[in-house]
Formats: sequence, structure tokens, C-alpha cells
Amino acid sequence: MITLTINGTRHDVSSDPATPLLYVLRDELGLHGAKYGCGFGQCGACTVMVDGRAVYSCVTPVAALPGREIKTVEGLGTIDSPGPMQRAFMDEQAAQCGYCIPGMMMRAQALLEQNPAAGEQDIRDHLQANLCRCGTHMRILAAVQRAADLMRSAGDGGPSPVTTGAVR
Amino acid sequence: MSPVPHVVSRRGVLAGSGALVMSFALARTAFAQDPQEAQNVGEEARKPLPQPGSLKNEPLLDAWIRIDADGRITVFTGKAELGQGIKTALLQVAAEQLDVPFESLTLVTADTARTANEGYTAGSHSMQDSGTAILHASAQVRALLVAAAAGRLGVAADRLRTGGAAVTAPDGRSLSYGEIVTAEMLHVNAAPQSPLKDPADHTVMGRPVPRVDIPAKVTGGAAYVQDMRPTGLVHGRIVRPPSPGARLRAVDAAAVEQMPGVLKVVRNGSFLGVVAEGEWPCIQAMRRLAVLARWEGHSDLPDAATIDQTILKLPSQDTDILDTGHLGAPEGRRFEATFTKPYQMHASIGPSCAIAQATRDGMTVWTHSQGAYPLRDALAEMLQVPPDKVRCIHVEGSGCYGHNGADDVAADAALLAVAVPDRPVRVQWMREDEHRYEPYGPAMVAKLTAVLDRSGRIVDWTHDVWSNTHLTRPGRAGHLLPALYLQQPFTPPPPKPLPQPEGGGDRNAIPLYRFPRGRVTNHFIPDMPLRVSALRSLGAYHNVFAIETFLDDLAAAAGIDPVEFRLNHMEDPRARDVISKTAEAFGWSSAGTRRPGTGRGFGFARYKNLGAYTAVALDLTVDRDSGAVTVGRVVAAVDSGEAVNPSGIRNQIEGAIVQSTSWTLFEAVRFDRTRITSRSWADYPILRFDAVPASVEVHIIDRPGQPFLGTGESGQGPTAAAIANAVADATGVRLRDLPLDRAKVRTALGRRPASRAG
Repeated sequence: MITLTINGTRHDVSSDPATPLLYVLRDELGLHGAKYGCGFGQCGACTVMVDGRAVYSCVTPVAALPGREIKTVEGLGTIDSPGPMQRAFMDEQAAQCGYCIPGMMMRAQALLEQNPAAGEQDIRDHLQANLCRCGTHMRILAAVQRAADLMRSAGDGGPSPVTTGAVR
Repeated sequence: MSPVPHVVSRRGVLAGSGALVMSFALARTAFAQDPQEAQNVGEEARKPLPQPGSLKNEPLLDAWIRIDADGRITVFTGKAELGQGIKTALLQVAAEQLDVPFESLTLVTADTARTANEGYTAGSHSMQDSGTAILHASAQVRALLVAAAAGRLGVAADRLRTGGAAVTAPDGRSLSYGEIVTAEMLHVNAAPQSPLKDPADHTVMGRPVPRVDIPAKVTGGAAYVQDMRPTGLVHGRIVRPPSPGARLRAVDAAAVEQMPGVLKVVRNGSFLGVVAEGEWPCIQAMRRLAVLARWEGHSDLPDAATIDQTILKLPSQDTDILDTGHLGAPEGRRFEATFTKPYQMHASIGPSCAIAQATRDGMTVWTHSQGAYPLRDALAEMLQVPPDKVRCIHVEGSGCYGHNGADDVAADAALLAVAVPDRPVRVQWMREDEHRYEPYGPAMVAKLTAVLDRSGRIVDWTHDVWSNTHLTRPGRAGHLLPALYLQQPFTPPPPKPLPQPEGGGDRNAIPLYRFPRGRVTNHFIPDMPLRVSALRSLGAYHNVFAIETFLDDLAAAAGIDPVEFRLNHMEDPRARDVISKTAEAFGWSSAGTRRPGTGRGFGFARYKNLGAYTAVALDLTVDRDSGAVTVGRVVAAVDSGEAVNPSGIRNQIEGAIVQSTSWTLFEAVRFDRTRITSRSWADYPILRFDAVPASVEVHIIDRPGQPFLGTGESGQGPTAAAIANAVADATGVRLRDLPLDRAKVRTALGRRPASRAG
């Protein structure tokens, strides 16, 4: 039995310790946000955060994770109360099929938690690890920049300048 | 104008108190929306009625719109959400014409037990077919409700108004739609014409309504078939042969069946799979099974390096799809060029997935196939059961961009489900399965010639295109990958060319430009060295690439600006508008001096010469040392007819531009003489963020009241052409063999000194 801390909640999991985190999240814990894409750490669809950094959950065995803080897209907010990253992706309508999007959001979240002042080039560089096939990249970039603005304004305690405005 | 529906008595089952939302199988309609893509869907044919869109195939209004006695309204479509935003756009159309709140509607998408058979969700047909059907059905339903309310309220219909799902009289009396509707009211055939709202009054259509599917997708909600976990779910995986032509000689199944969690190894001929309780244990078991499997034989594949020569040597069936007196061409300067395209992948980010459950009553399959009905027919044939024993329900998957592994994995799941009755079996392909075994977009060759007169006008034009079929979609068991490997294997039906006007390999081969003389010939090649099928835009990607880059060379030879040259040969006013709008927004005419290594390019097409008009202008830089091409600013304009959701149209065009950039700069399936060697993203690189354009700007030319024009695939060809033209502009070197990858660009630049064309 391994105990994992996911989105602030402790879970005792019974999967074999060699099992990659992705399968424990999806099959044992019912957290479907992280997606299977390649199993090789090449596409980033499975990206989650561990201790604030983006990792490929498809190649990270749960044996390596006790005592570490795991965050998935479900930990960013809910459909009724979305977090800034989720709000930004909705506002920018930054999805087509959307399969890659949770992984994109988690990698972007890790960047913005490390570097709240990240600019467009930082975001492009950081998201290099993640693939999107629909070609939603322009909206993903816009959404992450919007999320950065939302987080900065929330951090300032002031009203957000970008929460309104028509959807594109 | 009011509709004149006539009551039909095809079904006498609508007893009850106006509760029209019920689940009954619709009468079998054997044809689909797209005659080109649906030719193998079924054998039955019915005399077409003149109703608009898919109403001509399924004219009953309550096949599209049903209103419950309590006022709940359900919209039905035989199309599927593929990430193109179709759910939202269809709901906008229904809400507008029914005059009900957008949020109040429920939408049911492709399901062989509940919705009309609209064939495949493909060919940029969803708005043209289903959108048009729902537009007219909704307007006619509203008119029927108003007519009935007029009788009940004793007020002339033209004095009633609708809104908020109710009909209201001038004196304030009001009846809700639920109060008005009766059992038979909507069970009537649609009329050919509808009392559509004046587009000037639209409040829902034409607006960027947020997509209904996005909130769940960004919060971890169950959004995909990959995420479904029905009670009793078990997992399945397939061991595919190392070479497509290999056959299974032996395997020690017992060794794998002893592994923890494994329920069963399923072997049928050379079809080999395993079912296990957990997904990771199932993958472990599949890997063990793969090690233990002994295969013999292999495919004999052509040399990838000379695939274009192979294609030209294969026997072909030749059809002139255009001939306007080509022989005896007039005098002038004659030009010719040859263009090639490799096999390319759909390459979905999420490998294909399906869940199948076999019970005493039949087989249910949850699938992201683009064609629920054709898949049902193919599965029934494979399983040797009547079609009504198979139900296919569309559930979203990862984006597919055409016929990928969706149908094949549904067949995999069905075969495994038969072996473990009552248990839902979920099969998701591994990455290497998807890369090696999806049906690819075919390799192609095009040869063009033109004669330019002294005034700089094209006076003669020929276009020859060689390609395999672009359609091996189901309809038949022999279209399903696992069915080819069974002990009693099915045989793929003979491939057929998709006829004009939409075409397959020859899609968009007929230029929209006005040339006085021309010939276009489709060389259809039945032999398929690699398994191929429909990839977004089919042959249009390559034909538009060829036409639009050839035009640039001709313009240069004539000493005329390429945009002006296009306009000189274009009469279609909507095409001219799109070209002009793009050039204007890009600032084409005001371009100043450019830095070395930078170039700009233009590309245009009307998709299939029937759908949306799209033009793309862009600039880019070429790094001479690495051969890397980096796209900078991209500007596009699109005319999709009446724009239902401008955000959705922009999203589709932005996506088409970026995806086509990836195809054009990076993509070719790799294979050796026996097997596919593109097994992962390392061996089939696609665009990453470092190759994403600096900006993409999409302008919509809205045409309120005009028919919807298919948009989703319209950007692929123009983008490829614009990139190739900009590379030529930047380097002076014309590249005609796709993709324009680093090695090719580097080699081309090394071969020739750097100088501008002209």
C-alpha cells in the first residue's frame, strides 16, 4: 500500500508500486484529467505537477511519489468554480478536441507558479514538451497569458483587468 | 410563407400525452449525406425528396426536434462532435429558429438507436447537411407550433409572436411549446421550404457562443470515450504483427493467462488480444504476449525514398474530370512541374479507443468513429449478426482529422467483448499501434503544365494527379483492421475513386480560376502499398499545394505580382473578395524591402470548389544553416456562407493553418521494405511550439442568409501553398516535394546559390 497526496488529499493506493502514476490516477482514483498519449514522455498529454514541477505521469512510477505533493487538473478548480488557468482556457475558447489541454494547463501552471512574470516566449519555450494536433496553439498561448494576468491581479488583491470581454 | 407538411403514418407508435421524446430506432435510411464518402454505406436507395440538407434523407421533423409535454426540447443530429464545435453550432441554429433559450436545449449526437443516419461526420459537411436540416426543421416546428396556437388562442398566426419557448398573443395570453405540442404534430415530413427568420433578427446565430463541451474538458470531467468507466469495466489490448503482412504462427497464451489480473487471451487466426481487470496489468500482459508471439511472413513494401516513382508505375484507372478542348494548345511559353506528397498520418494525440459490451441482446459499442451507422454495419458483418443487434453510440475521442484508428479499435473491442460476455471491454491502442496501423493519408504525385501568353495570361492548363483511394471507411467488415487477421479473414472491398464534384485524390484538382483551355486527369491507383484512407481534405491538400505554387512560378515568369495574377484569372466574386481581403489585411501591396532569408507567400482555394473560400498570406524566415523554416505572421480570410459561430470558424481555420504547417514542414511516414518504422513521435515528428507561427489572424466574410459552406478542411491546401511560396520567395529555390523539412531545405540551398527568383 502506497500513500499519495493528490490535490491536497491523501489516498492509499493498492496498485503495484511500479505502476505509472497515470494509471493509478485514471483507473484507481477516477481522476481522468491526465490523458494517455504516448507512454514515452514525448507528448505531454499525461502531464501533472509533482512538488510544483511538471512531470510525465505516464513514466513516473507511484513508488517514487510518497510524501510528494501531486497536483492534477482537477486540483486547479471545478466546473462550477474554475481556477484562473481553467477560467482562462474557457475565456479564450482554447480547445478543439481538448485531449491535450489538461496536460498543457498543468505544464503552464507549473511555469506560472515558478515564474509569475513569464512572457510569451517563456510560455512557448516551456510548452515545447507538449504536443497539440488540432493546431490550437495560438489560443493555448493566449489562454496561458490570460491566466498569468489573472493570477497576477489576484495576487495584487486588485480587480482583474481581463475577466470580462467577449469570447473570441 | 408557411410550411405545408403532410402527415405521414410511417409509425403509429406515438401514443401518449404529447410525450414525443422517446427512443425508437428510426427507419433504416441507407444513404448518407455525402455521396462521395457514402457510396459504400448501404445498398438501399430512396428517391430523394427536395428537402434541404439531411432532411432529404430523413424528412420527419421529429427525427430532428422533439418536444416533451413538459416543454423539454431535444435536438437530434446524426453527426458527431470531433472537437470542431459542432454541438454548439447546431444548438445555436436550433435555438435561433425555435426561438428558445440556447441553454434550454438538449442535444443527442450520432447513435444508431436514436438519431438519423447522416453517414460520416466528414468532408466539412456537418453544417451543410445537419446544420441545414436542423435550421429548416426548427423553423418548421416553430411554424407548426404557432399555427396550432393560433387555433387554440383564436388569434391569427401572423399576430402571434414566439420567444422563451412559448407563443404569445397581443393580449398577453401565452401557451408554452409543451402545452401546444401533440403527439402527431411533429411526426410529419418536412416541407421543401421553411419560414426562416430574417438574419437581421438573429440573436443566437452569428454570435461567438462559448462551446458547450469546453468546461468539462478543462476541469477533468468525463469528456471522452477514453474516460468512460462503466460498471464492470475490463481492459483489452491487442498485439499487432511486426509487419502488416505477418501471420501469427504460435503463441504461449497459457503463460500470459497466469499473469495477475488477466482474464483471457483471445486468439482468432492472427488476431491476438488480451483482457485484464486493470489497464496497467493489461498492458503488462500485452507486452508479455508480444514477446511470446511467433510471427511469420511480412509485407513487401516499396522503397520509401522513391515512392513517387512507384506510384507512377502502378496501374491506374484514368478519368478526364475536365476537358475544355486542350489539344492544339495556343502559342506561348510552356511550363511544367511535378509535385509529390508522402504518406502522412492523422496522428491523434490520444490513441484510438472504444468500449464494447456483448450481452444476450446484442452488442453495444461506444466509439469515436466518424460514422456510427457505417461502423454498425461493418461490425454486424464481422460478428455475423443482423445490424439491429449492434448499437453504436458516438462518444467524443481525441481529434481524428479523418479516418484514423477509431473504427478499427471498435472492432478490436467488439471481438474481445464477445470473449467475455456482459463485461464492458475498453480497448485503447498504444502509441505504436496508432502510428503503425492507422490508415494513412495516401502518397500522391501531381504533374502540371501551363502555357503563358505574351500578356501574362494562362491560356492552357493541364493537371494530372496520381493517387490511391482516399476512402476505405467502414461499411463492410473488410474495412476493419482486425477483420483482416481472423482465422476466416474478411477481404478489403475493392477500392473505388470518389467521384467528382467532390472527388478524392482529385479533390480540388480542377482549378477555380478561369483558364480558356484545360484538361484535368485523375489517375486512380487501385493497388495500395500501404493501408490508406481519408485524411483531412483528402487530395485537396496536395492539389491546392501544386496549383497555387505553380501559379506563383507562372506569375513570376509573367512579371506580375502573385495576388494580382490570381485576381486576373478569377471571376468568382466571393473568391475575389476572400483573396482581396487577405491581401489587404496582410498589407500585401505595401510590403517594403525584406531582409535576406525572409519571404512571404499566398495561397487560395475554395474547398472542393463547393465549400468555404479560404485564402492565406504569411511571412516566414529560412535558416540557411539548419534549413529550419519558421512561420511568422499569418493572415487568413474565410467565407463560410452564413457564419453561425465566428469563434468556432476562427478556431477551425487557426487549427487548419497550424496543422497544415506541421504537415508541410515536418511530416512523412517512415517505412522500410517490410514494416512501418514511424512508431512514436520521435520517428514521426510533428510541429511543436518552437515552430508555431508568431501570430495567426483570421477574418470572416459573413454572408447572412447564405447557405452554410463546409469550413473545417478548407485551410489545409492554401496554407501549404503559402508556405512553399514564401520559402521560394525567401530563398529563390522552388521546392515541390513535401514535406519542406530541414534536410530538404538545407540540401536544396546547398545545391544552388542563394539568389532571388525572377
